[in-house]
Amino acid sequence: MPKVKMPRKSTNVDMTAMCDVAFLLLTFFMLATKFKPDEPVTVVTPNSISDIPLPDVDIMMITVDPNGRIFFSVDNQNVRQNIIEDVNEYKGLNLTEAEKRSFKYGSSIGVPFNQLKSYLAADPAAQKDFDKSSTGVPVDSVANSETNELGTWIRIARNNNPKLRITIKADADASYPNIQKVIKTLEGWKIFKFNLITGLKAVPPGTAAYDQQMKGTAAK
Amino acid sequence: MAEMDVSSGGGHKKGPGVKKGKKLSTRVDLTPMVDLGFLLITFFMYTTTMSKPKTMEINMPYKDENMKQDDQSKIKASTALTILLSKNHRVYYYEGLGDDPNNPPQLQVTTFKPKDGIRDAIIDKKKRVDQMKQSGQLVGKDQLTVLIKPDDNSTYDDLVNILDEMSINDVRVYAIVDITPVDKEFIQLTEQANAGAQ
Repeated sequence: MPKVKMPRKSTNVDMTAMCDVAFLLLTFFMLATKFKPDEPVTVVTPNSISDIPLPDVDIMMITVDPNGRIFFSVDNQNVRQNIIEDVNEYKGLNLTEAEKRSFKYGSSIGVPFNQLKSYLAADPAAQKDFDKSSTGVPVDSVANSETNELGTWIRIARNNNPKLRITIKADADASYPNIQKVIKTLEGWKIFKFNLITGLKAVPPGTAAYDQQMKGTAAK
Repeated sequence: MAEMDVSSGGGHKKGPGVKKGKKLSTRVDLTPMVDLGFLLITFFMYTTTMSKPKTMEINMPYKDENMKQDDQSKIKASTALTILLSKNHRVYYYEGLGDDPNNPPQLQVTTFKPKDGIRDAIIDKKKRVDQMKQSGQLVGKDQLTVLIKPDDNSTYDDLVNILDEMSINDVRVYAIVDITPVDKEFIQLTEQANAGAQ
């Protein structure tokens, strides 16, 4: 039997096409996505059919984690600067310039006022560690009492920027009494309109909202 | 540039002293570039989020300590549907306000399931309110009013779900109200009755 000679083929593959695909995907991801904001805790929000996008600026966010711990944050760094100045003065915390800067460029705050100084003095990695075990911002159902520190934060933040939109980002498993305390605090400061951050789910067919949506798309 | 080469004269161009330019391949190995591309894709996939978060707007009823009794809006019992949220994502509901001690409301228990859940109860109630309006029992601005009373065992998920049902079913008037001890008692009694039935 004659030996069958296999033709020797080059193992080089043309990479141009693959390169094209890779960079196409890269471009897509760069344009279509947004950087994840730095968050102290992972919060899985419940879903709703509401499709109002979160505004880009002037946001005050109150995060509630599954255990009911509360974190407070404001997006604008200039406002944050003013807030920490006021908090420092109001509570007499004697913060140094470096600690104020740490607040300005930091993310959320989830510590009581009496631990705020030591928290801000720590470096970002230590702050992250601390967030895992901190108690959150203390809150109770009476809005203007001294123990309701969330109320103090809200008041000072609104004094500095009255246009702030208040959003609550809570975990689906957070129990209602914890949410109720936050809502009561907001009501105490005469804030009756706020936003809840939710994921998006489809409108179930055959309902009033579905009919409205269909009408809306038909009109377009 | 063979045409330019005229200095040597003569006829033959390809003498031993004339060097022929070596043809270099224009192919570049793109493998490292592909590697880099995918590395960046992975980076962007991990550090970014796809969608902007969506929000749900909520208006709480205006509250003021100095508000006079007359200014507060009254709800007619015939248009009211009270929904109680309780543990294990259970939903209890009854018609009316449940404020008549002589005539305790009949609590129904259901869940957020899409069929035969709380949604059907809301749609059903809404239809009946519309019928009452047409038959003249209700007038003008009267419309279905839903009172949402989450109890201490309910979660935020339940609250958002029920608010979502309001927008799904186009209920215009609804309010989140504190649960009363009476309502808690209703839930307990219903739970006991259900446990006994099983």
